[in-house]
Amino acid sequence: MGGDALPGRVSPVVALLAGWLIPGAGHVLLGKWVRGLLLMVSILCMFAIGIALQGKIYSPNTGDPLDMLGFAGDLGSGLLYGLARMLDWGHTTVQIAVADYGTKFIVVAGLLNVVAAVDAHSLASGRKPS
Amino acid sequence: MSISHFSAVVLFSLFTSVVFGITQRAQPKMMAWFGALCFGLFVCGTIAASWVMWLIKH
Repeated sequence: MGGDALPGRVSPVVALLAGWLIPGAGHVLLGKWVRGLLLMVSILCMFAIGIALQGKIYSPNTGDPLDMLGFAGDLGSGLLYGLARMLDWGHTTVQIAVADYGTKFIVVAGLLNVVAAVDAHSLASGRKPS
Repeated sequence: MSISHFSAVVLFSLFTSVVFGITQRAQPKMMAWFGALCFGLFVCGTIAASWVMWLIKH
């Protein structure tokens, strides 16, 4: 799907970083266009739905361990997280019931993006055959 | 924006299953099967858990 894997042509670290910063970019760099676009659409949609549901965007250094875990999850979204912080998307506290769903959507989007970026790394290094 | 509990389950399951399917299998056909399996398990598991919670409450 989406072309042949070309281990060695793109550095695994570059594929990992690209995939982390922009969802699906690691796979696109490796020529896996369909996979990359599907990953991008899925992760972007999850993140956007989370924002639309007024989910919470976690910040670092709140002192609460659960907030730190949430921050780690959010950070997995790469540039999306930076964009959300810069443009003041989302909320700092959960204000309505469905906002808790939104918070989870945002955190899971970040975690899924990390999984996708690691997959791009595995493809680039040849650990995953195709 | 406001969505129902079921819509949230379906959307969450759909997007998560796509990522799991692509990343956890190597062949396109197996990706589709694994994605569909994850989707079914997510949705059915949530419905089953909801009924269990309903039974506990009643």
